[in-house]
Amino acid sequence: MNQTLSPARVALVGNPNSGKTALFNALTGARQKVANYAGVTVERKEGVVTSPAGRQLMVLDLPGTYSLRARSPDEAVTRDAVLGRLAGEVPPEIVICVADATNLRLVLRLAMELKQVGRPMVLALNMYDIAQRQGLRIDLEGLSREIGAPIVTTVATRKRGIEDLLAQVDALVEAGHLAGENVWREPNAAEIRQAHAEAQRIVRTYVRPPEHPDTWTGRIDSVLLHPVAGLAILFGLLFLMFQAVFTWAGPAMDAIEALFGWLGAAVAQYIPNELLQSLVADGLIAGVGSVLVFLPQILILFFFIILLEDLGYMARAAFLMDKIMGGAGLHGRAFIPLLSSFACAIPGIMSTRVIDSKPDRITTILVAPLMTCSARIPVYTLIIGAFIPNTQVWGLFSLQGLVMFGLYATGIVSALVVSFITRRIFWRSTVEPFLMELPTYKLPEPKSVLRNLLVRAQIFINRAGRIILPMMILIWVLSTFPYPPEGAAGPAIDYSFAGIIGNFIQPLLAPIGFNWQMSIALIPGMAAREVAVATLGTVYAVGDAENNIGALATTLSQHWSVATGLSFLTWYIFAPQCAPTLGVVKRETNSWVWPTVMFVYMVALAYIASFIVYRTAVALGGG
Amino acid sequence: MNNISTRPGADGAATEGAVVRLCDASMGDAGTILEVRAESHSTAHGVGVEELQRRLLEFGFVEGARIEVIHEGAFGRDPIAVRLDDMRVALRRRDAEDVLVLLDKR
Ligand SMILES: Nc1nc2c(ncn2[C@@H]2O[C@H](COP(=O)(O)OP(=O)(O)O)[C@@H](O)[C@H]2O)c(=O)[nH]1
Ligand SMILES: [Mg+2]
Repeated sequence: MNQTLSPARVALVGNPNSGKTALFNALTGARQKVANYAGVTVERKEGVVTSPAGRQLMVLDLPGTYSLRARSPDEAVTRDAVLGRLAGEVPPEIVICVADATNLRLVLRLAMELKQVGRPMVLALNMYDIAQRQGLRIDLEGLSREIGAPIVTTVATRKRGIEDLLAQVDALVEAGHLAGENVWREPNAAEIRQAHAEAQRIVRTYVRPPEHPDTWTGRIDSVLLHPVAGLAILFGLLFLMFQAVFTWAGPAMDAIEALFGWLGAAVAQYIPNELLQSLVADGLIAGVGSVLVFLPQILILFFFIILLEDLGYMARAAFLMDKIMGGAGLHGRAFIPLLSSFACAIPGIMSTRVIDSKPDRITTILVAPLMTCSARIPVYTLIIGAFIPNTQVWGLFSLQGLVMFGLYATGIVSALVVSFITRRIFWRSTVEPFLMELPTYKLPEPKSVLRNLLVRAQIFINRAGRIILPMMILIWVLSTFPYPPEGAAGPAIDYSFAGIIGNFIQPLLAPIGFNWQMSIALIPGMAAREVAVATLGTVYAVGDAENNIGALATTLSQHWSVATGLSFLTWYIFAPQCAPTLGVVKRETNSWVWPTVMFVYMVALAYIASFIVYRTAVALGGG
Repeated sequence: MNNISTRPGADGAATEGAVVRLCDASMGDAGTILEVRAESHSTAHGVGVEELQRRLLEFGFVEGARIEVIHEGAFGRDPIAVRLDDMRVALRRRDAEDVLVLLDKR
């Protein structure tokens, strides 16, 4: 490798859905989410690649945009990065303009804007496989001459054309093109019209229309966007998703449960010290196991989300949901952040950056945690398993699956109501325009779906290790020490710190039917929702150590009334049991006001709703 | 271009030369964009009319572009999806007020 070559910075710029992220992955090998929805790339992503000449290239994946005239914080990042206005960032030496070869008109206008910035540019005609399949003919030489930049054809998902692209970047760096003068400024309406006319002329001159244009998208849309059938399919899909989470995951969950049971017993054999044995078997292995058992469900949920994103369905879902969300004062673009929040509110809240206006954005942020995130799944499954009989309804659906669906639905409906009220209280102003491209459907690439799933699994396991493990040790200590006095009557844990703290806050929660074990589970449960399950597991395992019960669900159904179980479920729909979420809200809104508003309204909702549910259930004889 | 005919006749059959605002167009209406204005009287947008106009232009709603309404939402037939030259774009009717479409002869 030639050590004297200076490194260079390269930025990927292009319209949404043109394949920037796929190209970034192909170039750098970095693992990153690839999706088919306008604006999913929010974070700044950088990677390193060595060019054929041996030069180190820093590649930057920028959020998709139609113009440098930025409208959202997301697009502002792209503009500022290209213009070198970002504090602490060196502007890129080279810009790679990524174009969907089958949809050139809009990107050519962007390319013209990029030329005005004066940095050397390569045009990457991506999705060239699709262009060829359609029989689209592009006069590459003519086009290159016209826009004054070299052109490379690429197929990002198959890593085709990557070497050529890097060679072109090398050539540009070598030619020593210094950045020209930046003459870019915000275009006015007349200039946008003129640029469009120019782009149109270029397309007419150098691109011959496809011989076999894509007809699938239109045909599929006539079903999926049908006013009645489309909505029915959307709800059917969501319903299927949640049924699948419950039924498909069963065998894998049983296997993981068995594995950890066996592991605990096996390890305990080799630990002579009784105290240490309890720490490892009851504290660590039981605690981590009770969380890891939900990995299959989380993977199934993400499998659906990733598949639908790559397929191009998410923009359709946003179209179908727009009126319903608009009625609640939410922007159509809020659909993706809210849908991501079903996995976890944190990426959901971060992706609200694609929403242009502040009221729209903050409303979305405030309701995002009401979407049922995957960390609630452990809690819901546990309680449903303990208190809802596993029977069939209408011989079709499992009652447990239906209750789960109901919990999700309650989360969604309350999000709509809260958003409606928020807009009444804080902003009576109006909503932003809603303009969104509906991308063509694409068959998802199995490899990339799999890669994304693995990343999800990794994140979840890391979380289990980094947050939950230390928390479990702390909980074990709290529920083991101090020892009960000689000749004490009740179970040992009653005398521990856990017992003391739990009994201290329990009176506050007594009106909603919580006992002290539940009360203490809520405190470490602030670190992450699923920690509450592990805590309950540890608290009850230690308390009941001698008869070493099998499933936690069985224990709970013996210790809690049905009313208490339902009240706990209700609490978890609403309560802000997640400190990291509040932290992200602080960071994203840059103020303590919004996390405080969020915390207060969610606690109030949780307490009131649990109170109503508990009292009603008791009155109906479930106490 | 100050008088914009609303769609003529109860039967909904548009004749050549009929000009509709995109917000009033229905499923299947096809034509050419005649004008994109900045005068919307609706105050429903969070942005100024000039800004809305520029956003529409940037998405390719420009004079001369071919346009066809291909989908309508279930509630109040809103939002709509249009085929705009060779791409598909979804938008709300209230943001489409300033796009004037010259309908084809049926
Ligand atoms: N057939 C084909 N699909 C591609 C190609 N590049 C990207 N895609 C797909 O196009 C979709 C959008 O790509 P993505 O990288 O997320 O676009 P971005 O929004 O510009 O970052 C994804 O489903 C990709 O798998 C390509 O060269 N050929
Ligand atoms: Mg991307």
